[in-house]
Amino acid sequence: MGFEQIIFYLFATALIMSAVSVVTVRNPVLAALFLIAAFFSSSAIWIMLEAEFLGVVLVLVYVGAVMVLFLFVIMMLDINTDLLREGFMRYLPIGLLIAVVIAAEMILVMMSKVFDKPIPAPLPANHSNTEALGEVLYTQYVYPFEIAAVILLVAIVAAIVLAHRKRPINTKSQKPGEQVRVKSSDRLRIIKMDAEKRAGS
Amino acid sequence: MSFSLATPEIFLLSATCFILLLDVFLKDKFRSIGYWASLLALGVTLVLTYQSWTEAKALAFNGMFVHDTLSVVLKMAVLSIVTAIFVYSKPYLIDRKIFKGEFYSISLFATLGMMVMISANTLLMLYMGLELLSLSMYALVAFNRDNGRCTEAAMKYFVLGAIASGMLLYGMSLLYGLSGSIELSSIAEYVANQKIMSSVALLFALTFIIVGLGFKFGVAPFHMWVPDVYQGAPTPVTMMLASAPKIAVFAMTMRLLVGGMEFGSEGWQQMLIPLIVMSMVIGNIAAIAQTNLKRMLAYSTISHMGFVLLGFVSASEGGYSAAMYYAITYAITALGGFAILIALSHEDGDAEELDDLRGLSRRHPWYAFMMMLFLFSMAGVPPLVGFFAKLYILQAVVSAGFVWLAVIAVLMSVVGAFYYLRAIKLMYFDKPIDERSISMSISFNALLSVNGLLVVALGLTPSLMALCLIAIKQSI
Repeated sequence: MGFEQIIFYLFATALIMSAVSVVTVRNPVLAALFLIAAFFSSSAIWIMLEAEFLGVVLVLVYVGAVMVLFLFVIMMLDINTDLLREGFMRYLPIGLLIAVVIAAEMILVMMSKVFDKPIPAPLPANHSNTEALGEVLYTQYVYPFEIAAVILLVAIVAAIVLAHRKRPINTKSQKPGEQVRVKSSDRLRIIKMDAEKRAGS
Repeated sequence: MSFSLATPEIFLLSATCFILLLDVFLKDKFRSIGYWASLLALGVTLVLTYQSWTEAKALAFNGMFVHDTLSVVLKMAVLSIVTAIFVYSKPYLIDRKIFKGEFYSISLFATLGMMVMISANTLLMLYMGLELLSLSMYALVAFNRDNGRCTEAAMKYFVLGAIASGMLLYGMSLLYGLSGSIELSSIAEYVANQKIMSSVALLFALTFIIVGLGFKFGVAPFHMWVPDVYQGAPTPVTMMLASAPKIAVFAMTMRLLVGGMEFGSEGWQQMLIPLIVMSMVIGNIAAIAQTNLKRMLAYSTISHMGFVLLGFVSASEGGYSAAMYYAITYAITALGGFAILIALSHEDGDAEELDDLRGLSRRHPWYAFMMMLFLFSMAGVPPLVGFFAKLYILQAVVSAGFVWLAVIAVLMSVVGAFYYLRAIKLMYFDKPIDERSISMSISFNALLSVNGLLVVALGLTPSLMALCLIAIKQSI
């Protein structure tokens, strides 16, 4: 077993274990952190597959941006995890059965000879994955690239339509200028009143 | 590179972005400018598509984009249907206070997605078009966001749609792994050299692809989302879901199964047959039990989509063109049916119960007559278009030797006739519960009358079927 293989198995095990933990841990923040670990391990595997650009982007975009936002959302929303787990035991047997059947079928197919292909020869050390992607992205794949941009635009428009609400006209807001100029007499009103007798005494 | 082949798409995209921007600067008083601009954009795109009519197949964007008669005919059908939906839905949107520019821009993006699907020549483009369409549809289903049922329907549609996209993508990735290409013609070459029935891996990829397509078509057993989403979505969106996307999914099936895997027809035939039988049985029998009109039409769509797939089973040019004819004419008929639902709904709620149809002939005889035409067409009563659509499909199936399938299809259509006739009985022989008169704008009534006329005329003249035959012959 070569050095490369040891590294591969290390990252693959880490990936599978953190992926399993994402769904099994009780604490949602921990689950999100495990997802980050899963992203890290898979980006390492991608880099080993000579796809450096994708590996770097995975860390930058998913770990750097998406997951941070995700953690924000988890911390801001008070998610009742017990409610989500309701009926888990009831659906467990049938879910397990289906999972086992699908897994068995997939293993049977994947073991077939069709996928028994030779490992391609490694590319020379000076091969740049980023350059290769850059060369085809705006030339050969310009059409799907543009459509992907449109899909993102639709996502933005849809999110704003569904979530944005116009504020009512008389919303209260802070006016720093007036706050600074405020005098004690604006806030506190001293009034004179007669002493009253406490009832019952 | 010949960008000019994609002129209609490029124009539609630019126009949609312009409408999106225009709407931001419009005051509520002038909101209908966005509506007219959208209609204009669709009209110009339609003209551009018509002008690009071709007898020869041409590729663009490095083989990503295909331009043939099939794509021109289907795009024109989709564009006209979306135009009709815009006209039909205006009064509904104004009543519900959701008459916003975003409804039109998102619908236009969905239309662009359908056009991309129709002209796709690679697995990648099929998927991109499908995602553009689906993403827009999820947003449209949730468009009336303060309505709990709308949001629930959108949630269900989104989660199940995402799973189906995942399935489809997995199947596509396997197909790519096997053939080494995302281009449909190269995949076809690979499949031609394989014996599909003994190639486990190919069958495995095909299974996932069929599951994904089955979900998008809404055929049993992948139909669970259809009734809930149809019921929960605002009626114009239901109208959209039931019409134009079905044509786009037909195109996708055509490109993927026939264009890419025609030599594997033995494989997908045997997978489609159970789906068809199940959709016809479940669709027609479950529809009888519905009291909600939208749910009833949802189950009826499931059975009709079974019919469209039945056209593919024959694996012949006649069968494909019959399926194409069925998809287009069903979309036109469904359009009319949902338009009547829009006409019947009022400010305090949608008309969606069967009881709302009671005594329609006394409240508005013309609408009742139109609805009768649409329902009779869906039931397959001659001389309406629905009858001929079923006839062509059955002809193709029988000539391909699947007589027993044709028998099941006919039997189930007879069962289906029951609930269509029940609705007609309610309209003509029962007393109305709600005596309010119905009045709609002139453009709505004119369009509805044209729609009714089409349901009669398309059946009587064979021109559309001839067009479908030419398109299919030329694209294969």
